[in-house]
Amino acid sequence: MGSQAPIVIVGAGQAGVQIAESLRQQGYDGGLLLVGEEPHPPYQRPPLSKKWLTEPGASQALSLRGPEALSRRRIELRLDTRVLAIDRAGSRLQLAGGEELRYGQLALATGARPRTLSLPGAQLEGVLALRTIGDSLRIGAAIRRCAAEQRPLVVIGGGFIGLEVAAGARKLGAEVTVLEGLPRLMSRVAAPIVSEAFERVHRAHGVNLVLGAQVAELVGHEGRVQAVRCADGREFPAGAVVVGIGVAADDALAAAAGLACERGIVVDECARSSDPAIVAAGDCSARRLADGRLLRLESVHNAVEQGQSAAAALMGHERPFRSTPWFWSDQYDVKLQMVGLSHGFDQVVTRGDLERPAFSAFYFRAGRLLAVDSLSRVQDHMKSKRLLDAGLSPTPAQAADANFDLQSVLQQARPATADGA
Amino acid sequence: MPQVTYIEPDGHRVTLGVEIGTSVMRGAMDAGVSGIEALCGGNCACATCHCYVDGAWLEQLPPPAVDERLMLENVAAERRSTSRLSCQLTVTAALDGLIVQFPDRQS
Ligand SMILES: Cc1cc2nc3c(=O)[nH]c(=O)nc-3n(C[C@H](O)[C@H](O)[C@H](O)COP(=O)(O)OP(=O)(O)OC[C@H]3O[C@@H](n4cnc5c(N)ncnc54)[C@H](O)[C@@H]3O)c2cc1C
Ligand code: FES
Repeated sequence: MGSQAPIVIVGAGQAGVQIAESLRQQGYDGGLLLVGEEPHPPYQRPPLSKKWLTEPGASQALSLRGPEALSRRRIELRLDTRVLAIDRAGSRLQLAGGEELRYGQLALATGARPRTLSLPGAQLEGVLALRTIGDSLRIGAAIRRCAAEQRPLVVIGGGFIGLEVAAGARKLGAEVTVLEGLPRLMSRVAAPIVSEAFERVHRAHGVNLVLGAQVAELVGHEGRVQAVRCADGREFPAGAVVVGIGVAADDALAAAAGLACERGIVVDECARSSDPAIVAAGDCSARRLADGRLLRLESVHNAVEQGQSAAAALMGHERPFRSTPWFWSDQYDVKLQMVGLSHGFDQVVTRGDLERPAFSAFYFRAGRLLAVDSLSRVQDHMKSKRLLDAGLSPTPAQAADANFDLQSVLQQARPATADGA
Repeated sequence: MPQVTYIEPDGHRVTLGVEIGTSVMRGAMDAGVSGIEALCGGNCACATCHCYVDGAWLEQLPPPAVDERLMLENVAAERRSTSRLSCQLTVTAALDGLIVQFPDRQS
């Protein structure tokens, strides 16, 4: 009993690793244990739907931090271990297999799980979702089988993961049908002009893109999926089906322990849950903004930013979420980079070539820059990120003028900031 | 295996064997070298794997492709003539002995 119980982090993903590393960076010297359900050391998920899907390699190529990196920082890693329950009163975790684990302080970084279809046939063999290394390998194999048997791959959901899988499948030579329920792609996050550009790109690469498709049933034969049927009676043959309809925060553990959860573990700007002694970060969380809204982000940047806040909170410091959210996606040779949150925009202007596409969409509200989506316009992305981090905004006319140097907004602001400081 | 020396922001040097064909970034991430974030996992999309290549080695490297060059224009730390994104540097036998330094900040 003599030694202090360690800080335990549940979930050895992007956010969990960040919390552990930030704790050490901030000078925490005590015991530190990272518990994860998966068999692999912590890894990066973004390549799973991109390069690694079409060219899988050793799983080390995805590693976030190798085991020796963690041990160098005295971060104990316990893999293949699912936490079943939190006993807050007793400061104990119950592990699968019956063991109990005492914690001094607790961080939750349990991530998210793919949403499943609640439709007839959803359980058929050949219906797949993408979250883990194993999922990516299975989907890669299914795509190759589709290509060999000349059966189409059907992707349900026109969001990032579905569209990246579609692009990968085309690259591997499979026929692809994408079924999206809404009238445009990526509608939750992108403006129509961006959606339309990606529609053109996917169609140009031979994807059978069906918008407004209400999937009603997955049709099987001898337990294997054969087709996807829509409510209007249309039927799309399928060698395999990838379901990419978003994720649900993995907040079951927290909810069962009585922490406030609302589509995720509710945390404040400093990653503290409704029990200030327990922090949460990454895909499992929903952040309460100053105006009362709940913001759920599912991205590497969010996991890292909140992970840093969570570590600070465990050390008794307040470190609110600070940098501008960003995200990226690769589809064919189009590199999409997004920075800022476009929610609530009232004006969009573009710079660059819409047809190629190689352009950026700048989102404004009341004349102030909110967010920028860049399609193969790396220079705009990097400059916009700087501007948004600094709280600066070009005018819409400046943003739309490809000859206007966005950098000059930063340069002009610099003396002013110095005066104000 | 070619040896790569990484200089952490505080000047601490770490020398590692890094497999041919993998990136300079990968070696640093696996071993937990400080001063690199590599948030996009090598996609040339984040510029948080920025490094300064030791002068003597600079010309041994293939020049940056367009995307890398554009990303380098706005790295968080000071941009130098020796700046590269370590995820875009593939380790070859000829790079045995390579020295790179990570800047004080990546974001
Ligand atoms: C295919 C794919 C592509 C993506 N592409 C991008 C991209 O291009 N850009 C981007 O920014 N983001 C991308 N993302 C999102 C990004 O990967 C996530 O936002 C990020 O991984 C979140 O980190 P996390 O630590 O919160 O969750 P995770 O990385 O999911 O880690 C959570 C871990 O907790 C474990 N766990 C859960 N419950 C328990 C329990 N009870 N006991 C023990 N362990 C548990 C899980 O097994 C998991 O390993 C992508 C995600 C996927 C799946
Ligand atoms: S790891 Fe993101 S640019 Fe190198």
